[in-house]
Amino acid sequence: MPSRISPLHISAYTATSAVGVGKEAHADALAHSRSGLRANDFGDAPLPTWIGRVDGLEDVRLPESAASWDCRNNRLAWLGLQADGFLEAVAAARKKYGATRIALVLGTSTASIGETELAYTQLDADGNFPPDQRRAAVHTPHSLAMFVQQVLGIDGPSETISTACSSSAKVFASAERLIRLGLADAAVVGGADTLCGSVLFGFNSLELVSTEPCRPFDAARKGISLGEAAGFALVERVQPGAPATPLLLGYGEASDAHHMSTPHPEGLGAERALDDALARAGLAADAIDYINMHGTASQKNDEVEGALVARRFPAHTHASSTKGFMGHTLGAAGIVEAVVCLLAIERGLMPGTVNTRTLDEGFGPQLKLEPATGEVRYALSNSFGFGGNNCALVFGKAVNA
Amino acid sequence: MNTPPTLYIEGPAFWTPTLPGWDAASAAFRGEGTLADPPAKRPSPQVLAPAERRRAPDTVALALEVAAAAIAGADRNAADVPCVFTSAHGDLSINDYMCSTLAGDPKMLSPTKFHNSVHNAAVGYWTIGTGCMAASNAVSAYGHSFAAGLLEAAVQCAADQTPVLLVGYDAPTVGALASVTDSRGLLAVALVIAPERTARTVASLDWSLVGDGAATGPHSAAAATLKDINPMADALPLFEALAQAPGSADAPIDLPLSAALALRLRLQAAG
Repeated sequence: MPSRISPLHISAYTATSAVGVGKEAHADALAHSRSGLRANDFGDAPLPTWIGRVDGLEDVRLPESAASWDCRNNRLAWLGLQADGFLEAVAAARKKYGATRIALVLGTSTASIGETELAYTQLDADGNFPPDQRRAAVHTPHSLAMFVQQVLGIDGPSETISTACSSSAKVFASAERLIRLGLADAAVVGGADTLCGSVLFGFNSLELVSTEPCRPFDAARKGISLGEAAGFALVERVQPGAPATPLLLGYGEASDAHHMSTPHPEGLGAERALDDALARAGLAADAIDYINMHGTASQKNDEVEGALVARRFPAHTHASSTKGFMGHTLGAAGIVEAVVCLLAIERGLMPGTVNTRTLDEGFGPQLKLEPATGEVRYALSNSFGFGGNNCALVFGKAVNA
Repeated sequence: MNTPPTLYIEGPAFWTPTLPGWDAASAAFRGEGTLADPPAKRPSPQVLAPAERRRAPDTVALALEVAAAAIAGADRNAADVPCVFTSAHGDLSINDYMCSTLAGDPKMLSPTKFHNSVHNAAVGYWTIGTGCMAASNAVSAYGHSFAAGLLEAAVQCAADQTPVLLVGYDAPTVGALASVTDSRGLLAVALVIAPERTARTVASLDWSLVGDGAATGPHSAAAATLKDINPMADALPLFEALAQAPGSADAPIDLPLSAALALRLRLQAAG
C-alpha cells in the first residue's frame, strides 16, 4: 500500500461540456438533472446516436499569436480556459512562482485527430496535406499541451498523458509527484477531447454506442453516448492563510492486465486503484460521502463498477454517474468528473444519474438517480480506460487554517 | 532548484533494424561492432502469444521487445513493476488507416484497429501479456517525448520509492501523414529505474531540471546514423553513455524538455 501524501490545494478549477461553460452552468445542470445530450448532428453522415456536443466551437477564435494551433480540440480548450477566472489564477501563480516552476500535465485521448481526419478529406493530387494543414505539431498527441503551454505562458515540465478514458484523471497523480519532489511549485492539470469521426465510428464498430441517450446502470442500458469537454485545475502546495479551496487528497493508478477493451470481470484493477487512492488519502471507504462513478452505460463497465461500489461502500454513500449529463467525454472525463466532485464538496450538491429509469437489480443502495444536498467532506472519482487503465481520485473539503 | 534523489539504472534495452538489441548497440556505440546488414525487419516479442505477435501493430511489437529485454536485464518480475511508455506519435500506420477509412467509408472501420489506435495500446498489451496490475502510463511530448517520459518515470520512482520500467518507441510515418511527420524508422529504448542499487545496477543516475541545457548530441559513428530516425533518437547520448561505463568526470547529458527547460543527467558506472 502506498503511504499517505500531503494534500494539495485546488486553487482554481473549471469545466466546459455539453451542459455549458464553467462551474455555474455545471452546478445548475447537476442540481436540476438537466441533460446536455442531443440527437447526433456531428459530421456529414451522423450515426443514429446521442452526443454531448459543446455549442459554438465553430465560432471560437484562438488568440492571434496562437492561431496556428487552430483545430476543434484547441478551440474547446481555449473556450474552457477563459471560464471561471482560470487564466487570471494561472497568471497570478506565474507571478508568484515563476513560469518554469509551473508544470503542465494534460490528458487527452485523441487530441487534434479530428483535424487530421479533416486533412485526409482535403488531400492534393499527390496525396499530401494541403498547405494550410501542414502544421506538424497540430497533428500530434501533444498538440493540446503545446497550445495550452503557449497561451498560459508557463514553462515548467510539460507532458501529455494519453491512457484513453483515464487520461485526465491521472494528471493529478503526475502533478502531485512533481510537486512533492520539489520539481514544480504548482501545476496546471486537466484535459480536452472533442467529438471526431475516430471515436464516433470507432465506438460504433465495437457496438458500444447507444441509439438513445445513455442510461448508466439502468437494467435496460444500451451503451454509451459520446461527448466532448475540457477542464482544468490549478494545484499548489497547501499554504497557511491561503483561501480554503478543496484539496487533492489521494489517487490510485492500476492496470487490469486483462483485455484491451473489456474491463476485468471482477474489477480487480479498479479496486486496486481505489485502495491506493484511499491509502494515499489516509481514509477508509466509509469516509467517502460522494462517488462520481465512471458509469459509461456500457454493459460491462457498469456491471463491474456497480458490483465494486456495492461491495466496498456503506449504504449511505451517494454514488452517481454524470455521463447522462455530458456524455462520455473520453480523455476529458477524468477532469470534468473531478470538477463535479469539487463542486459537490464546495456546494454540498450530490448529482443524480439522469436518463436512467430502472436500476439494474444487481447494484447496491449507493446508486442514486436523484440529486441530493448535504455536506460532502470527501468525494471519490473513478476513471477507467481501454488497455485496462484505471485511476481513482479522492478530493476533500478544505480545512480552515 | 531542488535536487531529487540519486536513482539507479538497470537493464538498458535497445532495438532498431540496424542494431537489433542492446548487445549489438552497445558494442557499436563503443566502436566495436557493425550495423546489421541486411537490417532486421521487426522484432518478435515473446511476451505475446504467436497469433497476437503476428497481428500486433509494429509499435506494439517494438515496444514489447525492448520492455521484455529491460525487465530481463533488471532480473525483475514484470508483474510488479509500474511502467511508463512514451512515444511522440503513437502508431502512425493506424492513424493513417483510421483517417483514410473515415475519409472513405467510415462504417468500415475495424474495431480491432480502433482499440489499437489508443496511445496506450502498447502499454496495455504489455500489462496484459505480463499480468502487471501496477500503475501503467502512456506519455507524449512531441519532440521532447523521450525526455518527458524519462522525467515521468524518474519522478514516479523517486516519489514512490519503486522501480519503474521506462519504454520509449516511435515508428515510421506512412501515407499522407508524411506531409507533416518525418519519423523515418523503428527505434525503441527501455530501461528500469530503481530507487536503490542492486546487483543489476548498470549506472547511478543523478538528475535535475536546468534552465540552460542545450541538447547533447550522439558521439559515435553508429549512433550518428540514427540521429534523425525518429524522436526517440534523443535517447542516443544516454544509451551511448550506458555502453561506455560512464564516470563522474564525464560531461552531463542534457535532454531538453522545452525551449526553457532541460533534464540534466549525470551517470556513474556501477563498480
